[in-house]
Amino acid sequence: MNAVEAIQSLEAPHLKTDLPTINVGDTVRVGVRISEGGKERVQPYEGTVIAMRNGGIGETITVRRIFQGVGVERVFLIHSPRVASIQIVRRAKVRRAKLYYLRDRVGKATRLKQRFDRPLK
Amino acid sequence: MSVGILGTKLGMTQIFDEEGKAIPVTVIQAGPCQVTQIKTKETDGYEAIQIGYDQVKEKALNKPLLGHLAKSESPPLRHLREYRIASTGEYELGQAIGADRFNVGDVVDVVGDSIGRGFAGYQKRHNFKRGPMSHGSKNHRLPGSTGAGTTPGRVYPGKRMAGRLGGKRVTIRKLSVAWIDSDRNLIALKGAVPGKTGNLLSIAPANIVGNSNEQ
Repeated sequence: MNAVEAIQSLEAPHLKTDLPTINVGDTVRVGVRISEGGKERVQPYEGTVIAMRNGGIGETITVRRIFQGVGVERVFLIHSPRVASIQIVRRAKVRRAKLYYLRDRVGKATRLKQRFDRPLK
Repeated sequence: MSVGILGTKLGMTQIFDEEGKAIPVTVIQAGPCQVTQIKTKETDGYEAIQIGYDQVKEKALNKPLLGHLAKSESPPLRHLREYRIASTGEYELGQAIGADRFNVGDVVDVVGDSIGRGFAGYQKRHNFKRGPMSHGSKNHRLPGSTGAGTTPGRVYPGKRMAGRLGGKRVTIRKLSVAWIDSDRNLIALKGAVPGKTGNLLSIAPANIVGNSNEQ
């Protein structure tokens, strides 16, 4: 028995197939499932993807946004059922795999140059 | 004790439960195993089942082992292991033992050899604190005092020192079964198991201390 095959067969039903192609620098809207008081609802969270880690079932994206003047970064396990949806809002041209330099910038300096050659899907 | 199963560690991954939580799991090739010997009170003085795992070429085993396996009409098997049980009644020679012995949610104990780390120092082996790395300190990874002076004039036995670490038999208790594929004899356990990928493991129902229903 091939070990890789065995592990992939376990992961397969847990992997999402309908995810868009996400790149670093994209502005995404993530629908986060939140359960409070027995009820479940989807809360949107919008921001810039500043990092992507791992591959396969453990793939994560780090999404940064400025909320009430405070920088907020959330890491999403994109294949998790808690992440209801991921929608690409805007694509940007970046020259780094990790945009950690954005943490040291505020306001206008955090703008990224939009690119139009990649479809929003 | 009850009869367990032998297997090979295949690697780790994660899956999601109903709540959407990510669960770390270890995938194990558990079996197929065969009953190679039945030990009874009359013949051996105790009751036990010996099972074999991992089919190899005939030339990999010596004649005494092949002769032993021939008694149960088993193929050449590399690993043999015994499980003591109260009564051997339900087992017969040559009987196949697969991953279907377990169900999702079962609690199991896993036994295997831990990763060998060779001759390891105080910090890695016994979690000693290290000394300051700077400000003129020359004590970086030294052990500190090993005891009193002229009285007793020796180091007490059992003093924790550098030495061989790992490569020993380790039991990880009470891991729960997260997934089973009985057709291919695959098991996924929640959590980590000893050794690297390819390590031989024994998976048996958990030995719960104080449970009189067992045995």
